[in-house]
Amino acid sequence: MVKVFIDGAPIEVPAGSSALQACEAAGKEIPRFCYHERLSVAGNCRMCLVEVVNAPKPVASCGFPVGEGMQILTDTEKVRRARRAVMEFLLINHPLDCPICDQGGECDLQDQAYGYGSGVSRYEEEKRAVTDKNLGPLVKTVMTRCIQCTRCVRFCTEIAGTPELGAVSRGENLEITTYVEKALTSELSGNLIDICPVGALTSKPGAFQARPWELKKTDAIDVMDAVGTNIVMQVRGGEVKRIVPRVNDEVNEEWLSDKGRFSVDGLKHRRLDRPWVRVHGKRQAVSWQDAFVAVAKRLEGVAGDRIGAIAGDLCDAESMTALRDLMSALGSENIDCRQDGAIYDLSDRARYTFASGIVGIEDADALLIVGAVPRHDAPVLNARIRKRYLAAGRGGFPIGVIGAQPSDPTWGYEAVGDGPAALNGLLDGSNPFAAVLKAAKKPMIILGHGALTRKDASAIQSSVWKLAEEVGAVGPDWNGFNILHTAASRVAGLDLGFLPGKGGRSVAGMLKGGVEVLWLLGADEFPVGEIGPDTFVIYQGHHGDAAAARADVILPGAAYTEKSGTWVNTEGRVQQSFQAVFPPGEAREDWRILRAFSDVVGYRLPYDTIESLRARMASINPVFAGGVALAGTGQAAQGGEIDGAEPFRVPVQSYYLTNPISRASETMAECARVYGPVAAIAAE
Amino acid sequence: MNLPVPGNPDKVQPDSFAFDATSEVEIAKALARYPAERKASAVMPMLYIVQDQMGRLTGSAWIPVVAMDEIARRLEIAPIRVYEVASFYFMYNRNPIGTYHLQVCTTTSCWLRGSDDVVAACKKATGISNFGETSADGKFTLTEVECLGACSNAPILQVDNDFYEDLDGPRTEALIEALRRGERPEPGPTIDRCGSAPEGGRRTLLEDAVAVAGIPQGQG
Repeated sequence: MVKVFIDGAPIEVPAGSSALQACEAAGKEIPRFCYHERLSVAGNCRMCLVEVVNAPKPVASCGFPVGEGMQILTDTEKVRRARRAVMEFLLINHPLDCPICDQGGECDLQDQAYGYGSGVSRYEEEKRAVTDKNLGPLVKTVMTRCIQCTRCVRFCTEIAGTPELGAVSRGENLEITTYVEKALTSELSGNLIDICPVGALTSKPGAFQARPWELKKTDAIDVMDAVGTNIVMQVRGGEVKRIVPRVNDEVNEEWLSDKGRFSVDGLKHRRLDRPWVRVHGKRQAVSWQDAFVAVAKRLEGVAGDRIGAIAGDLCDAESMTALRDLMSALGSENIDCRQDGAIYDLSDRARYTFASGIVGIEDADALLIVGAVPRHDAPVLNARIRKRYLAAGRGGFPIGVIGAQPSDPTWGYEAVGDGPAALNGLLDGSNPFAAVLKAAKKPMIILGHGALTRKDASAIQSSVWKLAEEVGAVGPDWNGFNILHTAASRVAGLDLGFLPGKGGRSVAGMLKGGVEVLWLLGADEFPVGEIGPDTFVIYQGHHGDAAAARADVILPGAAYTEKSGTWVNTEGRVQQSFQAVFPPGEAREDWRILRAFSDVVGYRLPYDTIESLRARMASINPVFAGGVALAGTGQAAQGGEIDGAEPFRVPVQSYYLTNPISRASETMAECARVYGPVAAIAAE
Repeated sequence: MNLPVPGNPDKVQPDSFAFDATSEVEIAKALARYPAERKASAVMPMLYIVQDQMGRLTGSAWIPVVAMDEIARRLEIAPIRVYEVASFYFMYNRNPIGTYHLQVCTTTSCWLRGSDDVVAACKKATGISNFGETSADGKFTLTEVECLGACSNAPILQVDNDFYEDLDGPRTEALIEALRRGERPEPGPTIDRCGSAPEGGRRTLLEDAVAVAGIPQGQG
């Protein structure tokens, strides 16, 4: 620790801190544009000037390391004059278009101009103008507003791992551009909008939609992948206008994937806003009561084991609990939350979650990825892998991959194999990467759904677990055996035991006439066409997607923005999300629909409030009340034979179109068109 | 981007680029100067190699985008990093230029010594009306440059990589006519002087240096 004096007050900061960090620690706000705590220091905006006693001139505090006994003055006349001069230079070429700028109201330049700007400009020459760049369907550019802080260049290069933006030319002609016109290929490109301190990079789909001060903000959890990114939903006029990330260093730092940010317009399209019942082959809009009666009538006389339920990828834990209780009241053991048919080892919670935690990636010193594509499965988690990869330096964080990766996964890796056969090579040590894993102190293995959705998933898990034990990835101090989930609802479903009971049927068993009545809770990503022709299908969900088209009864539910809910992310972190808007039309919160329906069939679910429902969840698994999770909720992997010949398939086919909301989003459709469904995937 | 090639407006950026054998020899030399893991440092010599090759093979020493992409591939860096460097320095031509690149220094020393006449002569002899333009015959591109560091021989005109010094209007025109004929006059001062030595020969230290200081007489 180093002792420094900020405006006379002593404070201890770690050696190697910058003057700016020391000032922040002392509670002094230092204005800045180019400095960002998660990016490298550029030191080119000069706004953070402070005075250091005995230094001949003001210093840029962001890049100035502190020394023992250093006296820093943050608010002297000299400092203020210097900052005013910097601001005057920045404003020379900045347009005065705040009234039509989407950044207005949350613009660093605007805010700081209040403090350091002059009322009049002394500049009488021509202002410079810069042509706008086309960066693709997500990021809008007004490059004349750019103050060349290069945050976006550093973000692309360092965090996103797609170095496409650069500062081209120099001096007055310097421009931020891709040089060759191309759309940004990062799945994290929306974060450029957040880090841009001015209005040069703004949201293209959200352009001119709302002013920041008009938006009502609600904390929520992103459901587009299983990372559980903390988000803020910003609402105006009963409509979620935009979604931005919330800082949570343990989960998403301050990033959000493009799907989570830009799928928001999908919430307006193809919505189910009233109950429908199919009568004589034709669907009719009906009242809730009539819809319930139609279902209840069909259920009459149907044996419990002829009824089934499937929970989709976006479901909250509350609605899954209610559906699970309803099904068991109806005498059914046929429930399943694994619509992709994945097989998990449920004997231990650590074996079906990302056990090391997302932060654990930063401790790992070797990584093996089996059947996962982190860049598409979980872009924000992938940024953490890249962070670790960069922090470790050249060769410091060896990554081995079994299975295909995008042409640029944003980190360097060694291809260990393309199918499960490669695991044998690692187990018997014939593959050189086995030695790398063994030599590592904290080796990590990420097992993805490219492996878990195969028929031989049990056998693969057994041998990966064996490998993990052999290389020391699982031990008392370190658990680096990680499952990378892709569905936001999955871990909660597994924690709640939303799984076939004794003799119960799994998803595959419920299809092809396996059950007579099938209740789909937002489930669209299973082979809907394989539902038996005589099966009575109830679709409870928010979007008219594949399954709703097949349904006999549609019960309109709430999307994740429209209900308070609990989600458990891939690492098993239980997080709660709040309701931002009301569901459209007659749609209702899903657990309330199930609760109301239970009354109609005469098995009233024993909870009337969300609190009592959450108490019920906690009684199933204490983890929902912040307690210790149940060790396991199901059976261990069964072992079996590995089908060595078949390579791992790519789990997420088109990153932008994985769930009913993103498929209803015009922005995501445009992204899928621009970026191509599988163009980025190249078999190694 | 995609500026037409002079004299052939339909031709824009080429679709492909490959280094020839001469360039490969130069690349090997350039890469040998840096440690293998720091080979990105060779980006600047590589850009010159491209420019020289283009001049050699097409008569227009410029750097197409595909060539910058090829450099990025060779050096294992992102293409944008090459674009940044190439666009930062004036000496890299990112658009096609004429066979001869006339670079006139108009900074203070040259200007005081008559660079305006040199510019006027260049324009007159080539038919170019503005800086940055290429003559109609595609032979000359005229560029205004900042100080070339040859102030003692001002005014100066740099043709490709050669300095022609101590120019005036008529001598500039004569030089351009010679270039047009395909000659390459000897670079250096165009008046009677050796390097930066005084015109017409030495003016100081005229005594026998050996007699004065007992040291061998130098070149002055």
